[in-house]
Amino acid sequence: MANMPDSSRQFAADTLPAAPGNDASTRGPLESVELLSGNPRRRRDRRFRWLCIATATLSVLILIGLLGSILIQGLPHFTWTLITSGPEPDPHQAGIRPAIFGTLWVCLICGLLTLPIGIATAILLEEYQPKNRIGRFLYGLIQLNITNLAGVPSVVYGLLGLTAFVSMFGLFSSTSQDPEAPSSRYEIGVQYFDQFFSEGERAILIPIDSAAAPMTQPVAGMTALNFYGEEIRPTVLAPGQPLPTNESLQYTLYADAEAGRITHKAWYYFSLPLGRGVLAGALTLMLVILPVVIISSQEALRAVPSSLRAGALGLGATPWQVVWNVTLPSAMPGILTGAILAMSRAIGETAPILIIAGIVYISRAPQHLMDDFTVMPLQLFNWISRPQEDFHSLAAAGIILLLGILLSFNAVAVLIRQKLHKPLS
Amino acid sequence: MPDPVTTRPLPPSHLDPSREAALATSPPHPPQTRVANRTSIELRHLSAWYGDFQSLHDISFDIPANRVTALIGPSGCGKSTLLRWINRMNDTIPGARASGTLQLGETDLLARATDVVDLRRRIGIVFQRPNPFPKSIFDNVAFGPRLHMRMTRSQLQDVVEWALRKAAVWDEVKDRLAAPALGLSGGQQQRLCIARAIAIGPEVLLMDEPCSALDPASTLAVEDLIFELRKQYTIVIVTHNMQQAARCSDQTAFFYEGKLIEVGATTGVFTKPKQKQTEDYVSGKFG
Repeated sequence: MANMPDSSRQFAADTLPAAPGNDASTRGPLESVELLSGNPRRRRDRRFRWLCIATATLSVLILIGLLGSILIQGLPHFTWTLITSGPEPDPHQAGIRPAIFGTLWVCLICGLLTLPIGIATAILLEEYQPKNRIGRFLYGLIQLNITNLAGVPSVVYGLLGLTAFVSMFGLFSSTSQDPEAPSSRYEIGVQYFDQFFSEGERAILIPIDSAAAPMTQPVAGMTALNFYGEEIRPTVLAPGQPLPTNESLQYTLYADAEAGRITHKAWYYFSLPLGRGVLAGALTLMLVILPVVIISSQEALRAVPSSLRAGALGLGATPWQVVWNVTLPSAMPGILTGAILAMSRAIGETAPILIIAGIVYISRAPQHLMDDFTVMPLQLFNWISRPQEDFHSLAAAGIILLLGILLSFNAVAVLIRQKLHKPLS
Repeated sequence: MPDPVTTRPLPPSHLDPSREAALATSPPHPPQTRVANRTSIELRHLSAWYGDFQSLHDISFDIPANRVTALIGPSGCGKSTLLRWINRMNDTIPGARASGTLQLGETDLLARATDVVDLRRRIGIVFQRPNPFPKSIFDNVAFGPRLHMRMTRSQLQDVVEWALRKAAVWDEVKDRLAAPALGLSGGQQQRLCIARAIAIGPEVLLMDEPCSALDPASTLAVEDLIFELRKQYTIVIVTHNMQQAARCSDQTAFFYEGKLIEVGATTGVFTKPKQKQTEDYVSGKFG
């Protein structure tokens, strides 16, 4: 038996060797070795600790300096006007409202797109490991790609977004080289109108089937819509004919009147290629943060002990049931923390949006997915590049707002980590 | 020097008196009659590889139903590999393959076409370290039934209570079924894992060193449980603890370097081993 005392191994007290003590012969090669004095080591330890404290304090001081200067410069402009009004030429009336909404739209859509794709990719890479050599090679390739993409400068993603989303490689512009030309788009949720102004200064609208149709010429007896969408029959006069005096001029116009083409876009307006809209911006930001989300989700999944997976598999769970019931719930705090930190990066991202949206004057919040937009960092960039000192202060106020939003995002990440964190084994 | 195997007394046992008496009085029958009745799992010429490394060499023996079969042997001898082939846990390991016959009743356990999900419902497994899910005690036991069965809430409650009672942990947890399972002690966690495994009504229970991470008192509780459970389940237990194999198994198989050296009734293997290697191992000369 394993625990049976074996007489050959038994130590009797009298057969034990003498206690080592100061007997030099028992120290072997250590005998000739000098012991280090403890003092220099402890001095070095103290010095290292002071170095750590100094560097930590320095970084905090720099942060305090930055925040202080921004607060001093920005606080006078940090008013309701900043949040409620658009970019006016007068710095005292200008605000950042369209950019706030632009940021919200872009980040919301970006998050909705990134989370499922990112988590699904991480699950594929971590939980569905390939068995054969070709599969492993492909996985390695994907992994290498993702790791490298995480380090690509975001302006490169901007260029990619411009090609892939804004103009969609020119796939839809068979008739025109200009991706912005209306004739080369596929659209839903839009109505084109040719608009005339009557002699009574009222709008007269003629619905048009396609954006490429030739401009309408006023014809006697044609039907049209008024400003309120009611059907009307405008009176068309030949050029040079005197205006009638006995009737209202509301819906009277000359046959040589020139039309202007306008559009009415519904909230579900969608077009291909995407153009310089909110969706293209969100997709581009998705490219920027997707590698980060995938990698952090992978880390979170990898942190789930494999004994839990084995336990679920041993109970007859399918791989999907293992992921859904065991791995994913355990990894969720980590995944969400990573995703929120990635989102806060997306909020601060300027370069790709600059390429997608350009610096344009945007005075209202986006109305649909294809609408022109701007985001907060872009608006701040715009203000800072102006010569007037007041705009610089306005930008500082905007920075305070942006920092506040970012800090609250990070606070949510910390809260989630604390609330959902459970020991896993 | 006297032969330690033949002269040593039975190991000091902490079994309850009736069981000890039962063990002591059971005559050392030869395996055929001692481990009589039905065969549960049949192994014929089973060989297994991890990549180029052959981990099992031509294993053939029967695992009887409603008995405890202990697999013993030094580390790396292939006993855990064998266990993991029985419910195909090796499927998750790249490069693992096996040849020969491994059958549970009519089911070919090695066939590619065999549905491993259904298989694992019939063959439960308990691991070395307790691995309850980070869920409540109730949800841990209800996990398996929820995967495989459609049942009402009250049926589920009945199943959970039944399984926890069977695993002899009900009295300790009945007042805190909603509490997190990870708050239990190691021994309780392991019994919870056994309850989780039997809650889906398996025919076979595989145990991979179920007590190696437990303290002696918890080990005792789990061993008692194993002895109790053999009335209903075929149990295969891998253990490093020779006393444990002697205490709670009916049949013992000794493995060395991937080969089956000896298999037979536990009392026979421990008191009259036929092979020199077995004798050396069970007497503690190596391993």
